[in-house]
Amino acid sequence: MPWYIGGPMIALILFLLLMAGKTFGMSSNLRTLCTLCGAGNASGFFRFDWKAQRWNLVVVIGAIIGGYIGSHLLSNNEVVAIHTDTITKLQHMGFESAGSSYLPRELFGNTVFIDFTTILLLGLGGLLVGFGARYAGGCTSGHAISGLSNLQRPSLIAVIGFFIGGLLMIHLIFLLLF
Amino acid sequence: MRTLIYLGIGILFGITMYKSEAASWFRIYEMFSFDSFHMYGIIGAALVIGVIGIQLIKRFNITTFYGENIHIPPKEKGWKRYLLGGIIFGLGWALAGACPGPMFTLVGAGFLPILIVIASAVLGTFLYGLLKDKLPH
Repeated sequence: MPWYIGGPMIALILFLLLMAGKTFGMSSNLRTLCTLCGAGNASGFFRFDWKAQRWNLVVVIGAIIGGYIGSHLLSNNEVVAIHTDTITKLQHMGFESAGSSYLPRELFGNTVFIDFTTILLLGLGGLLVGFGARYAGGCTSGHAISGLSNLQRPSLIAVIGFFIGGLLMIHLIFLLLF
Repeated sequence: MRTLIYLGIGILFGITMYKSEAASWFRIYEMFSFDSFHMYGIIGAALVIGVIGIQLIKRFNITTFYGENIHIPPKEKGWKRYLLGGIIFGLGWALAGACPGPMFTLVGAGFLPILIVIASAVLGTFLYGLLKDKLPH
């Protein structure tokens, strides 16, 4: 799907949610999942009416089903055609699967379950995403799409932060990690 | 009925994340390497349409399917939490190559190691809840 289809589709999803009386924001679900796991006993931050967020969990279930449909029913070729310069850089770093798969097998192949270092990297990535999203009050959908579309200044600051973090990771920390 | 609408929107979102490759670790790396227009095109196109659409909603007082006013809750003022939280999020986004929507899409696509990312993202959210009052906001 080219960008000029993907982008408008995301805008469509934003509007469908607004028309349904909701706002686009996926990281809120991580907080709801904490509450469902009993985190309300540890912090008042998790004591809220999670039932009001049930609709968002349904969106998550849909996103899982959509991932299945997209990969199993609508694709016969799972290669992501990234730029040749990107492929060269990644292969230098040891990502042999660059240019021949959807996700790097080095991080997301099923053998990583017995590779402690990779588990640690994925765990660290997830930890930062979860912590950062809640600290910033939103993620890519809540700030970069919904917030910026509504011209909210906090969202612009958050998105600038996303980029500072992303650039630091790829241009500095990756040099140490890979 | 409303549940089915949310499920349908979610499915559309999942298909879009997978097929546009916004759920691909490679695309996120490529974006932060400034090697391709792809991700900027996706976010940029969504934003141009989003900004215009929300202005139209406000100008013409468009209501929801159920006749209620459309209200987008404003974020609290300030900058520290947005900048610091944003940087932390960006570090994780680039490392895991997935943000909180596509994470779930990848489960459906059959990449089981993403469950490690999801579990630790829940843990990260929990840690924020514990430390919240000690952080600058």
